[in-house]
Amino acid sequence: MRLDLILRVGAKLILPFILLFALYVQFHGDYGPGGGFQAGVISAGMVILYAIIFGIRAAKQVAPPRVVEMMVPGGVLIYAGTGAYTMLLGGNFLEYTPLAHDFLHAHEWGIFSVEIGVLVTVCGTMIAMFYAFAERGRS
Amino acid sequence: MSSLSWGTIEPHLPILLVILPLFGSLLTTFLRKGILAWLIALAVTLVLPVFSIALLMKVMETGQPIVYQIGNWPAPVGIVYKVDQLSAYVLTVISLIGAVIMPFARRSVAAEIQEPAQSWYYTMYLLCLCGLLGIVITGDAFNAFVFLEISSLATYVLIAMGRHRRALLAAYQYLIMGTIGATMYIIGIGLLYVVTGTLNFDDLADRLRLAIADPGYRNAVITALGFIFVGVSLKLALFPMHVWLPNAYAYAPSLATAFLAGTATKAAIYLLLRLIFSVFGVALTIDNLPIPQILLVLSIAAMFIASFSAVFEENAKRMLAYSSVAQVGYIMLGVALINQAGLTGALAHIANHAIMKTALFLALGAVFYRIGSVMYSDMAGIGRKMPLTMGAFAVAGIGLMGTPGTAGFISKWYLGIGAIDAGMYSVVFLIVASSLISVIYIGRITEVVWFREPSEAAKTAKEAPLSMLIPLWILALATLYLGFDTRATVDVAAKAAEVLLGGIR
Repeated sequence: MRLDLILRVGAKLILPFILLFALYVQFHGDYGPGGGFQAGVISAGMVILYAIIFGIRAAKQVAPPRVVEMMVPGGVLIYAGTGAYTMLLGGNFLEYTPLAHDFLHAHEWGIFSVEIGVLVTVCGTMIAMFYAFAERGRS
Repeated sequence: MSSLSWGTIEPHLPILLVILPLFGSLLTTFLRKGILAWLIALAVTLVLPVFSIALLMKVMETGQPIVYQIGNWPAPVGIVYKVDQLSAYVLTVISLIGAVIMPFARRSVAAEIQEPAQSWYYTMYLLCLCGLLGIVITGDAFNAFVFLEISSLATYVLIAMGRHRRALLAAYQYLIMGTIGATMYIIGIGLLYVVTGTLNFDDLADRLRLAIADPGYRNAVITALGFIFVGVSLKLALFPMHVWLPNAYAYAPSLATAFLAGTATKAAIYLLLRLIFSVFGVALTIDNLPIPQILLVLSIAAMFIASFSAVFEENAKRMLAYSSVAQVGYIMLGVALINQAGLTGALAHIANHAIMKTALFLALGAVFYRIGSVMYSDMAGIGRKMPLTMGAFAVAGIGLMGTPGTAGFISKWYLGIGAIDAGMYSVVFLIVASSLISVIYIGRITEVVWFREPSEAAKTAKEAPLSMLIPLWILALATLYLGFDTRATVDVAAKAAEVLLGGIR
């Protein structure tokens, strides 16, 4: 019987709520404090907490380093891709107006898509930094 | 969805110039093979000059700046990219240098960088290119800071990947200095924002004119000018702030050195010109502050002290790095004269120096590829084994001295005329005198590589491969060509100088 039972069970209970809160912050960003950056940090915090409690090897099964490494440029690709897509629709770079018929809807979609990109990159970067620190002197 | 043709692409050229290398760098991160990443980088860098030359031709034709509104938000609110004669000219220089060294990159990077890192290396290369082009094209002070950081962070990686362990130290040194420079720049921009409430260059210029009338704001503006001047000077390696440069250039991989020597300091020089002339304006700079005098003293000090350091150097890359500091001195000398001919010479020298110095560093890269060293002792007699490589080196070196018939002469000629126009005859003498020092350091390495007995390493060396010789000779021949046909450099530079000087009258 290991002595960190409370930690393990407690963490397992908390983890889904951390992710839920991250998503809340993510989608709340259009109207209030929050957005992709904060949500990315919080969701990366979930993985980091998991790694601290259950070990880095278990965490790497949840968030494989290869995926994390691709998240960093992937998010920027989503952001810049949104801009390129609006150009293909006939607007300027990152001009959201052509994304939908209604001006406000179009901007909501544009910001939504850009914020997803921010979330992915920030989350990936935080986890990658944690892996880099946690693995120092191991390999 | 509109179809892709030149007509639909053309209005978007300014943004494409920045996002194309950005997309390229993102794609290369997903590819783990160096050769695939190189192909993407090659494709991207070959397209960029087409775009920048198209922009340059359009601007020269109409005489009007091209403005691109990101997200279609108009100027003071949104970020705009503004291409005028000056920025189109510098964009063309940077994108051409970025393109011409790409064929060279494949073998050089394959030899100097371990395989899993090769594709990352091209990522950093494209990211650096993206940042440098962004600095030059943006019309927004904070956006310029962001691009400055993008290019700087990529540069630190480019340098740190050098084979020598001291590359890490050199990159760290540059990181510290570069961060101090960027911090000073952003403090200055912050002060300007407090005073004016805007970040757009044109808007800043308009509002500063009113703001400096108020003595309370005036001091804040002068403080901002001081911070920005020192911060950007660190980035462009103006004389006493150049100490990061020789080590960074000497220990970086060959490709990075050739690329940075031709482009990185040039983008910073552009930023300084843009801020001093277009934003602060001479009304503030010239009449009340001794900025031209300070620049004059520092640039002449750079021309002599850095040249002397180059003479006594035993490492060829460090020698050329010191020479770069001296050449930045020439460019800033032309700026300090603040007249049409001086500025024309300075701007022409941006292109001429980029071409000559990139050719010189590419030649050293080819030598390093064959014998693994650029120390004079190892390079002795290498000219007999690699005559084409060292021949191009000699051509570019003669250009660097400022010999008539080469590009280097043209820019120094205009600098001399500028000094005469300004009534500073002693400066003409100093330009000639410092050129004589460059004869010594170029002459010294020429003596080593051609006339000495071959060293152990040089005995077994072979001529560089064709993929290295072609970019090298393109640049070497450009050095000669631009010594005769100056339409591409001086004529454009003269127009750009007019625009700059027009901003202050």
